[in-house]
Amino acid sequence: MTIESWLQAAIADAERRGLPDLKPLLEALARAMKLLRDADWNEDATGRSTLHG
Amino acid sequence: MDNVNTLTIEEFGRRLRARELTAEQVTDACLHRIEEDNPRLNAFILVMADRARQQAREADRELAAGRDRGPLHGAPISIKDLIDVAGTPTTAASRVREGHVAAHNAPAIVALREAGAVIIGKTNLHEFAFGTTNEDSAFGPARNPHDVSRSPGGSSGGSAASVAAGMALATLGTDTGGSIRIPAAACGIVGLKPRHGELSTGGIIPLSRMLDHIGPLARTVTDASLMYRALRGGSRPRSSAPVPVSGLRLAVPRGYFCELLDDEVRARFDEAIDRLRAAGARVADVTIRHASLTPAIYLHLVLAEAAAYHAATLERMPERYTPPVRLRLEIGRYVLAEDYTRALTGREILRREVDSALTGHAALVLPTLPIPAPPIGAASVQVGGVTEPVRSAMLRLTQLFNVTGHPAIALPAGDTRTGLPCSIQLVGAETDELLPVALACEAQIAGLQPPRSG
Repeated sequence: MTIESWLQAAIADAERRGLPDLKPLLEALARAMKLLRDADWNEDATGRSTLHG
Repeated sequence: MDNVNTLTIEEFGRRLRARELTAEQVTDACLHRIEEDNPRLNAFILVMADRARQQAREADRELAAGRDRGPLHGAPISIKDLIDVAGTPTTAASRVREGHVAAHNAPAIVALREAGAVIIGKTNLHEFAFGTTNEDSAFGPARNPHDVSRSPGGSSGGSAASVAAGMALATLGTDTGGSIRIPAAACGIVGLKPRHGELSTGGIIPLSRMLDHIGPLARTVTDASLMYRALRGGSRPRSSAPVPVSGLRLAVPRGYFCELLDDEVRARFDEAIDRLRAAGARVADVTIRHASLTPAIYLHLVLAEAAAYHAATLERMPERYTPPVRLRLEIGRYVLAEDYTRALTGREILRREVDSALTGHAALVLPTLPIPAPPIGAASVQVGGVTEPVRSAMLRLTQLFNVTGHPAIALPAGDTRTGLPCSIQLVGAETDELLPVALACEAQIAGLQPPRSG
């Protein structure tokens, strides 16, 4: 799931549940998700990575 | 008896055995201080006056009969209300826990009672330990004894305030992202987070089991060491002896840890390093390459575990949480497994990087908090010209060592011009190796003061 699609779904779910105040917290979590996904230790199935875990 | 409630455990023990005072007298002095100051500081949720007096009298009788349980014998200790004490509620500062009464003592309480400690009461905290300011509590915020308009830090804020205000000789807290070290720093006392897993967290309401620690807050490193050894158990715990400062190899992790600091926090930190160097310590700079990813890693780990623990009550009784804590717990239920897995990998990488930074050094040295204690109610602070959420600022320098599990201790390091405590943090490879280093550093930085103005 991309971060964008996750965030849209999460915000929609929060609004449905009557928790609009979750939106800024979800946006902050999305920023953290991006940092983790962009981290240079992540491997991918091509076998390329800059760090070996 | 004047000010016996402000004795260190070490001095209390000396005077107790010299028959200059009794455990009952010191317990009464602490209880008197609680009666006087708790309405203002709100450090305690439950004051166990009758039980404490009974335990203190028992301690005095035992000592008179020749049974000496060790350095904590008769010492009044407060307990963060996240930790089970048999026959009393463990509220976690939350209405979610209404009606709860602990059936058994947590192992840590068993150890403290075996060591002869007197349990004086249960202290206020940030609800379910999920915060850094002690503002969000079903019992109202705890307040900083140095300035009651300011936070005592959190989540063990009531604990720290109780020691700083002379309501207990020491306290037992917990630390998941900094919750022992942050309030210790904010209140000007010592706070020790041992290595992860050294001390049992049984009988303690979890926030994130892979990040949770228990540990003491106390007036001195010696007192924290005595508490730590009593919690470890075993016969007659002894205090550590300091290592020589001359030739001590220390390292400051620059970059992420030192970029954004309050000007006075930076000044006290630099002065502390200068004193250590003047005493012969060799202080190098090191880098922890992925340190800036700590908040993202920490967030995914703590949110996922906290959400799992709170899922049922978030569904059944969400209105019983304080709204800010409820919201932060709710977002944990949106964490994706693939990102949690990335955080686990990041945790291992950070652990190796801290190990590497420690190689050849007795300890890392860095500030504990980048700011002095913030005002109660502040959502953000200005740090080095940058606006930062209070929560992020308070966690920024401590949470890495929860992620990696390394032992860390906060030491008082002078005050700001307005009298707010500053603090330095030492991080080591093993708790038993860190404590002698902390003792040595404590002696060098004692009495740091801001320059006189004018």
